[in-house]
Amino acid sequence: MARTISYREAINEALAQEMERDGSVIVMGEDNAGGAGGSGAEDAWGGVLGVTKGLYHRFPGRVLDTPISESAFVGAAIGAATRGMRPVAELMFIDFMGVCFDQIFNQAAKFRYMFGGKAQTPVVIRTMYGAGLRAAAQHSQALYPIFTHIPGLKVAVPSSPYEAKGLLIQSIRDNDPVIFCEHKALYDATGDVPEDSYTIPFGEANVVRDGDDVTVVAIGRMVSVAEEAAKALSSSGIEVEIVDPRTTSPLDTETILESVENTGRLVVVDEASPRCNLATDISALVAREAFGSLRAPVEMVTAPHTPVPFSDALEDLYIPDAQRVANAVKSVAEWKR
Amino acid sequence: MNDAIRKVVMPKWGLSMATGKITEWIAAEGDDVAGGADLAEIDTDKIAGTLESADEGVLRRVVAEVGEDVPVGATIALIAPPEVPDADIEEAARLARAELDSGEVEEAAGPETGTVTVDGRTLAYATLGAGEETLVLVHGYGGDKNSWLFVQEPLAESRTVHAFDLPGHGESSKDVGDGSLDTLAGAVLGFLAEKGIERAHLAGHSLGGAVVAAAAAAEPGRVASLTLVAPAGFGTEINAGYLRGFAEATSRRELRPHLGALFADSAQVTRKLADDLMKYKRLDGVDTALRTLLGTLLDGDAPGIDAAPLLAKAGVPVTVVWGREDEVLPVSNAGALPDPGAVRVVEGAGHMVHMEKPNAVVAAFE
Repeated sequence: MARTISYREAINEALAQEMERDGSVIVMGEDNAGGAGGSGAEDAWGGVLGVTKGLYHRFPGRVLDTPISESAFVGAAIGAATRGMRPVAELMFIDFMGVCFDQIFNQAAKFRYMFGGKAQTPVVIRTMYGAGLRAAAQHSQALYPIFTHIPGLKVAVPSSPYEAKGLLIQSIRDNDPVIFCEHKALYDATGDVPEDSYTIPFGEANVVRDGDDVTVVAIGRMVSVAEEAAKALSSSGIEVEIVDPRTTSPLDTETILESVENTGRLVVVDEASPRCNLATDISALVAREAFGSLRAPVEMVTAPHTPVPFSDALEDLYIPDAQRVANAVKSVAEWKR
Repeated sequence: MNDAIRKVVMPKWGLSMATGKITEWIAAEGDDVAGGADLAEIDTDKIAGTLESADEGVLRRVVAEVGEDVPVGATIALIAPPEVPDADIEEAARLARAELDSGEVEEAAGPETGTVTVDGRTLAYATLGAGEETLVLVHGYGGDKNSWLFVQEPLAESRTVHAFDLPGHGESSKDVGDGSLDTLAGAVLGFLAEKGIERAHLAGHSLGGAVVAAAAAAEPGRVASLTLVAPAGFGTEINAGYLRGFAEATSRRELRPHLGALFADSAQVTRKLADDLMKYKRLDGVDTALRTLLGTLLDGDAPGIDAAPLLAKAGVPVTVVWGREDEVLPVSNAGALPDPGAVRVVEGAGHMVHMEKPNAVVAAFE
C-alpha cells in the first residue's frame, strides 16, 4: 500500500527491490561502505548522503565501494553493462562528470548506434545535482542539460518520491544508459509511494496541477517551487497548469504543447544556468510548434549565468524561488501588446 | 453541548481523503431535512459527491462556507429539532467555528484496514461499522475497495461493511492465477473464512457482481443476499472496446478517453481519477492481471461470463441496480435477469452507479 516516505527512502527502496528481483543489478560508488576494506564497512555509510545505506550488508558482494576515480568506476560500470550486468553507478556530484565524460559521451551513448544495434548498455548513473546545500561552485550545478544534449543518453530528473522510485526502476530495467539526476535538497522531501514495484515510462510528463491561464513547465526541484507559486497565484485569480516533464530526454513535447495550446502562455522554470538549458529548449519548441496559440511572450525563470556562489545570501538569490516564478507568471498573464 | 444538536461533519470518502471543499449547499438554514436528504455538494481531490444527511431535523446552522478547505471530521453544519434554543445553537456553532479556524480537528475514525491470506495471495480490505449484519462489497474490473467510497459509510451505520480488493487489484496480490470466475469467487469465500464470517450479504459491481453470484452458487448457505450493481454475466451486450482500451492504455493520454464510458456525466472523469488509475496500472503484475481477466470477461467481442445459472443455483434473495446510461454493460442486459421488472434503474447514472448516484445504491439495501 502507499505510505509516506522520503525521496531518499524511495530511491533506496527502488534499488533494493530491483536487486532482489534481478541478480544482475549491482551498485557501485564512492563511500558506499565508507571505504573498501576499511572499518567503515561495519557501518556502511551508503554514499555521501546515505541513499544506499543498508544495501551493502543486505546484498553481499553486490554493493561495490570504489576508489575516488570516476573515470575508472563509471567506465567499469559501462563495460559491465555491455556484458549483461545492470550496474547502478553512483557519481557523487554531477559536477564530477567532467572527469568521466569520454566514458559516458563517447562510449556508453554511442555503443548501440555504432555497433548497428547489436550492443546494449543498460547502465544507470545516479548523481546529485543542484544548489542549496552551501556546497559552493564545484558541488552545486544543475548540469542535466548537458546530458540531454547527447543523443544516446536518457535523462531522468525526478521531482518527488513517487517519481524517484518509478523512474529509477524504469531506468534500471531500461536497456539504454540513463543519467538519473537527484536533487540533493529533495532527499528529505516526503510523499505517497506504493510499496509494490512500479515503473514510470520515459517521455511521459506529469500534469501536476490543472489550470487554464498559464502553463508552467518546471524541472526537478523546481516543480515544488512552481507549486508554491501556483498556490499563491490562485488566490489572486490566476490558475496555473504545472507540467513536470519527469525525463528531459526523451521529452514529452506533446503534453507541453497541448497545455500551451489551451493556456496560450508559457513560463519555464529551470534551475540550470540560462544558456542552452531546458528553458531555452522548451521555449524554442513552443515558439516553433505552438506559435499560433501564444498570447504573450514566453518567460524563462532560471539561475543567472554565473557559478553557484558560496555566500549564503548570494546562493539563496541564485536559486529560482516562488516569488520569481509568480512574477513571471503575472507578467505573461497581464501582458498587453 | 445540547444533546439534541447533531453535528454534520466532513465525510471521509476513501482512505486518502484528508480535506474536502463544499461547492454548494443544497439545503439552506431553516430547511427541514429528512434522513438521507441531500445536504451539500462536496469536492475532494479525487471526485465530487453529494453529502446526505444522517439525521433528521432542521438545518439550524451552516458552519463551513462554500469554497473553504475543511478537514475530514470537522463540523460543517448543525441539525437540531426546532425546540432547541437559538442560544444553544449559537454556542455550538461558535465552538465548531473555533475548531475549524484552529485547524486542530480530530480526524474521524477511518476504516480499519488489514490483510488476509487466501490461496497464497494477500487480500487487502477496509472495514467500517460494527453492526450485527455483515456486508462484503466487491468492486469491478480495474477498480478497488475505494470505489465504494460514497456508499460504505452510510451502509456502515447499521452494518459491518467490508470492502476488499480482488486479486490483481488495489493493494491485494497482483497474481490472479487463471483469472477465472471460480478463482475470484474463491477469494471472496476465502475472505469470509479468514475473517470468521459465517454468513454475509454480498454486493458486487460489474465483474464483482458475477463474482459474488459465483460465490453464492458455490456456497449458498454462507450468503444471506446478493446486491448486484450493473453486474457482468447477464445479457449479450458488453463494451469490448472499453475493456480492451482500459487494459491496453499505457499512459494517461491513452486512458482518459476510455474513462468517459464509465459515467453518465463525463465531468466525473477528472485528471486525478486518470492519474490514480495509471498509478495502479504501472504496478508490477497489474498488466498481466488485467489481460488475464479480460479473457474471463470477453469471448471475442461478446460477454465471456454467463451468470444467470449461478443465480438460479444460489437461490438467495437478489436485488439489482443499474444505471440508465451505462455504456459498459448496457441496462438492456437486465432483460436476462430472472425478474427484469424488479431491477432498479437509476436515471442519470452510467456504469459507476455507486459513485454517481450513491443514494440510489444505498437505498437498494433498505
